[in-house]
Amino acid sequence: MSAARAVAWRNLHNWLTNPALFIPSLLFPLFFFTAFAGGLSRVDSVPGFNYAPGYTTFVYGFVLLQAATFGGIFTGFSVARDFESGFARRLMLGATNRGGIVAGYWLSALGRAVGTIIVITMVALLAGLEVHGNGLDVVGLYTLALLMNAFAVLFGTGVAMRLRTMQAGPAIQVPAFLLIFLAPVWVPYDLLTGWVQTAAAVNPVTLMLEAGRGFLAGDPTKVLPAFAVVALLVALTLLWARGGLRSAERVA
Amino acid sequence: MSHVLLLAHRSVVRTLRQPAMVVPSLLFPLLLLSINSSGLDSATRLPGFPTDSYFQFALAIAFIQGALFSANSAGTNVASDIESGFLNRLSLTPLRRVALMMGQLTGILALGLVQALTFVAVGLVFGEGIAAGPGGVVVIVALSLTISLAFGCIGAFVALRSGSGEAVQGVFPLFFAALFLSSMSLPRNLIENDWFQTVATWNPVSYMLEGIRSLVITGWDGEALALGFACAGGVALIALAAASSALRTRMVRT
Repeated sequence: MSAARAVAWRNLHNWLTNPALFIPSLLFPLFFFTAFAGGLSRVDSVPGFNYAPGYTTFVYGFVLLQAATFGGIFTGFSVARDFESGFARRLMLGATNRGGIVAGYWLSALGRAVGTIIVITMVALLAGLEVHGNGLDVVGLYTLALLMNAFAVLFGTGVAMRLRTMQAGPAIQVPAFLLIFLAPVWVPYDLLTGWVQTAAAVNPVTLMLEAGRGFLAGDPTKVLPAFAVVALLVALTLLWARGGLRSAERVA
Repeated sequence: MSHVLLLAHRSVVRTLRQPAMVVPSLLFPLLLLSINSSGLDSATRLPGFPTDSYFQFALAIAFIQGALFSANSAGTNVASDIESGFLNRLSLTPLRRVALMMGQLTGILALGLVQALTFVAVGLVFGEGIAAGPGGVVVIVALSLTISLAFGCIGAFVALRSGSGEAVQGVFPLFFAALFLSSMSLPRNLIENDWFQTVATWNPVSYMLEGIRSLVITGWDGEALALGFACAGGVALIALAAASSALRTRMVRT
């Protein structure tokens, strides 16, 4: 527990005090929100686009999950940096329970995601975000986002602990980027065309986006499948991260 | 002149033989084009949308995105020359600053040419062709090279001012902000939010996009082309002058 607390505190402190880490993680989701909600709002006039709370809320549903996911991915970069600098090796020698190290990285990812989500939500509210769901829907929405965050950080940690170099960055980021963008990002699933619709049909993020947008609209959609899939992904990536830890232990 | 040619040759070779510079600058724009054209194809059903294929509309984005990668490559190359001391040694030669800058940026133009030809080929194979015909292809390549030069000069300016590759990487997201806050996703007259429409109207990237887009979708549109070339050329001239001035400052300090 003490190892988890120490790792989490160190990472959150680094994130908050280093503009090169803090600003991009905050700016990117804000930037996507502004560009999509501002530049594409007319898309809600397309025949077949039926989302009562409006396009700003539709885009918020995506940006929320994206921010949560990238909060985890950026923490994966921190793990890689700690290994490259030699800090992680010293940490592994000092920690009594090395599982606590992974828990610490997860806690710091959670902190990063919560901080980013608060800022994005405030901006979105100012920009016209309409939440038609009740309190339970809102809890469901943010729980889903934080589970996505856990999935992303465990995946990133697993990769970073196996490769132990900053060059692992693309191997962490690209799969997450593809998962997020091969989903109904700009329009509902039914309005997608071509290969992206085929990819979205089998992409688990589609379920999560639809469930998240359903919570925002006060019309819960595919809730059970979305939570079941994200829980399964968290369980699988937990095993993946544990394998990464074992791999790192062998060379520590 | 021979010195400039030597610099230009070095710049071309070092740029094109680095897969990390060439591959992402081709792959990412094509990936985004592919995702956008399927994801936003329904936007073509909006009344007043200029084409019934979002692929045709989005093709221009690939050219600009490729040019943004050029800015990053140019900045990184110049920063690397500063960090390694190569620029200090160049300062001992009688080269004119603008000539030196152009020599340094030739690699970016070569990369821009590879990008432009690739994106045109993709447009011809997967799209509905180029409305302006073979002459339009030549003009697209020319405009695309001017845009690459413009962004390359900005990248070089940042590198010369800061002397650090890290600073160039840090500025990279700002270039993308310029692309996203333009008429990238929808024509300006279809952008609903007034503030976004105003930003897109003031943003020179919108006119660069619209210049290429006019050749792809509508054929020969003198106004769109004039604005596209004026914006790209204007940004290139200002950035080249700024980079040249930054180079003078850096050489004085050497």
